[in-house]
Amino acid sequence: MSAHTAAAHAAGHEDGHVHHHYTTTGLDNRKIAIWAFIGSECMLFASLIATYLIYKGKSLVGPFPHTEYVDAAGKVFKPILDIPVTSASTFVLLASSFAMVLALQAVQLKGVPLPTNAGWWTRAQRSSQLWLLVTAMLGATFLGFQAYEFTAFVHEGLTIKTNLFGSTFFTLTGFHGAHVTVGVLWLMSLLWVDRTRGLAGPGDELLVDITALYWHFVDVVWIVIFTLVYLIQ
Amino acid sequence: MAHDKNHAAAHAHPSGNTYLKIFVILTLITIVEVWAYYIPALVASPLFNPSLIVMSAAKFAIVVLFYMHLKFDHKLFRALFSGPLIIAGATIVALMFLFHKLSL
Repeated sequence: MSAHTAAAHAAGHEDGHVHHHYTTTGLDNRKIAIWAFIGSECMLFASLIATYLIYKGKSLVGPFPHTEYVDAAGKVFKPILDIPVTSASTFVLLASSFAMVLALQAVQLKGVPLPTNAGWWTRAQRSSQLWLLVTAMLGATFLGFQAYEFTAFVHEGLTIKTNLFGSTFFTLTGFHGAHVTVGVLWLMSLLWVDRTRGLAGPGDELLVDITALYWHFVDVVWIVIFTLVYLIQ
Repeated sequence: MAHDKNHAAAHAHPSGNTYLKIFVILTLITIVEVWAYYIPALVASPLFNPSLIVMSAAKFAIVVLFYMHLKFDHKLFRALFSGPLIIAGATIVALMFLFHKLSL
């Protein structure tokens, strides 16, 4: 740790507010940790996506994702994927990423005076609580879409045990949904902190930055899943 | 100081209006992807899957570079993300060959 960093570290403890965690690289160890975590998550989702792709088209019984299936009793199963619903949920998740960057920007701009002629959009961009809430609500809406989709699939005869498509589909999208759930809880806790003591300063910026990185990662994973699972036939 | 520079770099992010433009671009690409899904002639084309993958990769890159600020952030963060991402991609491709989903 350099003399300057050590002094800043000591000063941080004295004033009781700022607690920097700088490493010899000059970078905060928490930000290095979140990027390393995201890197490891790439591996996790790669294994799930690879498993889905390997078993794609190998189910012996339906329902199938893109084609109709008639079983031995003559029961007809329609293609099970509902692209309009999933497209809407994809839009919702993209919008949540937009709200998340605005939340981070709002925290970064705390203390910067607003121009006197600022319009409603400029003013709205300064509310970190608004954008954290919007992000969490959009994340919860995405989860609602997923709950609807899973329920509809089960009613149409596709469960995790039905066929290889069901097993790999529910595992992959279920893992992603679990990540979104963690993200929503994380955002709600950050919103609670913002409401109770306010988020401001470099230390809090980092907290929001780390949350944002996790949230955007969840979004990019869905971008890949949407194309590989839903659109490619 | 290194961390002062890093802090300054952290503020060299795009503006809210740039984020809005990026969101519009991401939405437009998604609309094109879904539109293509409903055109049987396009779905039957050998270029359908590659073009979907290219559009998905473009959206992925846009979010990572601009929303995750990797374009503006320290190179160590780029390495921490790109390294595992390359290994992950290579693993998927290798498994596709191993299970005969891809062939030369």
